Amino acid sequence: MARITAGITTSHIPAVGAAIDMERTEEPYWKPMFAGYDFSKQWIKENTPDVAIIIYNDHASYFGMEIMPTFAMGIADKFEICDEGYGKRPVPVVEGAPELATHLAASLILDDFDMTVLNVLEVDHGLTVPMSLMFGTPDKWPTKVIPLPVNVVMYPQPSGERCFALGKAIRRAVEQFDEDLNVQVWGTGGMSHQIQGARAGLINEPWDRKFMDDLVNDPENLQYKPHLEYMIEAGSEGVELIMWLIMRGALGEKVDEVYRFYHVPASNTAVGHLILTPKED
Amino acid sequence: MKPDFEQFKDIPGTTIFTIEYARKGFWLNQFCMSLRTEANRKRFLANEREYLDEWQMTEEQKQAVLDRDFQKMLDNGGNVYFLSKIFASEGISYVEAVSTMTDSTLEEYKQMMIDGGRNIEGWRSKKERGEA
Repeated sequence: MARITAGITTSHIPAVGAAIDMERTEEPYWKPMFAGYDFSKQWIKENTPDVAIIIYNDHASYFGMEIMPTFAMGIADKFEICDEGYGKRPVPVVEGAPELATHLAASLILDDFDMTVLNVLEVDHGLTVPMSLMFGTPDKWPTKVIPLPVNVVMYPQPSGERCFALGKAIRRAVEQFDEDLNVQVWGTGGMSHQIQGARAGLINEPWDRKFMDDLVNDPENLQYKPHLEYMIEAGSEGVELIMWLIMRGALGEKVDEVYRFYHVPASNTAVGHLILTPKED
Repeated sequence: MKPDFEQFKDIPGTTIFTIEYARKGFWLNQFCMSLRTEANRKRFLANEREYLDEWQMTEEQKQAVLDRDFQKMLDNGGNVYFLSKIFASEGISYVEAVSTMTDSTLEEYKQMMIDGGRNIEGWRSKKERGEA
């Protein structure tokens, strides 16, 4: 039986990817941020999953405005890297997990989550920056990946309740897959940031820290936070944090907090990072 | 559930990209998507006006692009992730482009971020700020 062994959340800021690609991680501006992931890099060496389900959003990199899926799942063998306007990130192609992904997409649709099925998908910094933060710069990624893009760019985004419920459905579906696989669920994006308008640069550290506390200990209430509150308190782009609720839903009722990191700034954004494991009953 | 697009209008200095804005900005955003290839980036930068005229954009949208007036692009249905393709084509960072929408210079904006970002106090509501 496949099982979910851990959940990870992390911001996915494009400038972080650029700093890695240009070997600037030791510079004074970046060093404290990357140091916050030293523990995680070591931890994941000892806890490398067979498959990571990575929940992220596309940033007008693969999806244009022709089609805007609310929830989608990449079921292909591999996912090429997008050119987001600066040229492609020099990172390995992402290997898919088509058997598990096909099972998951079918299970979720039958459970009334109307997933858009992606047989072709190019992935952007939303997915590759978290991989770089966790795995560094390998020639080949050490895990297979199921990309799960969520629309967080255009209102209405899916509600927090819907995201949390999707996570729960992912957990059930993974446990119904016969192959013995170690699966992690990663929720990416956030934390507070706004990258548009006169209010750009907004950071709300007390709100971010409370969000992490509630995600760990009180997700059943956190799921009801309305979009408007995210947008006011965490900035227009802070609404990405609804994706962390999908990860949390997939971990079950109680979790152990293995690691937490918070740092300001990376580019325009507050960096938040958690490693959680399901608490055994 | 009936959508409430009005609820976002009290947030100061913020344009929430709704499904309504997405309609308005469709061609502006599609033009931006075309800049995902090096060949198109080169062609755009070589003759911006000519390139823009290939798209069904409004004159106001085209002029905002030519002026690199990102706030005006937002007002006309642009979304910042799409608009990023314009400044990426010139090798400009998010921080630099984003700072142009604020009252700060680039250096002031960078320093504000290093100092912990823009404090939310006073930035929750237009009504509170006397802007509405």
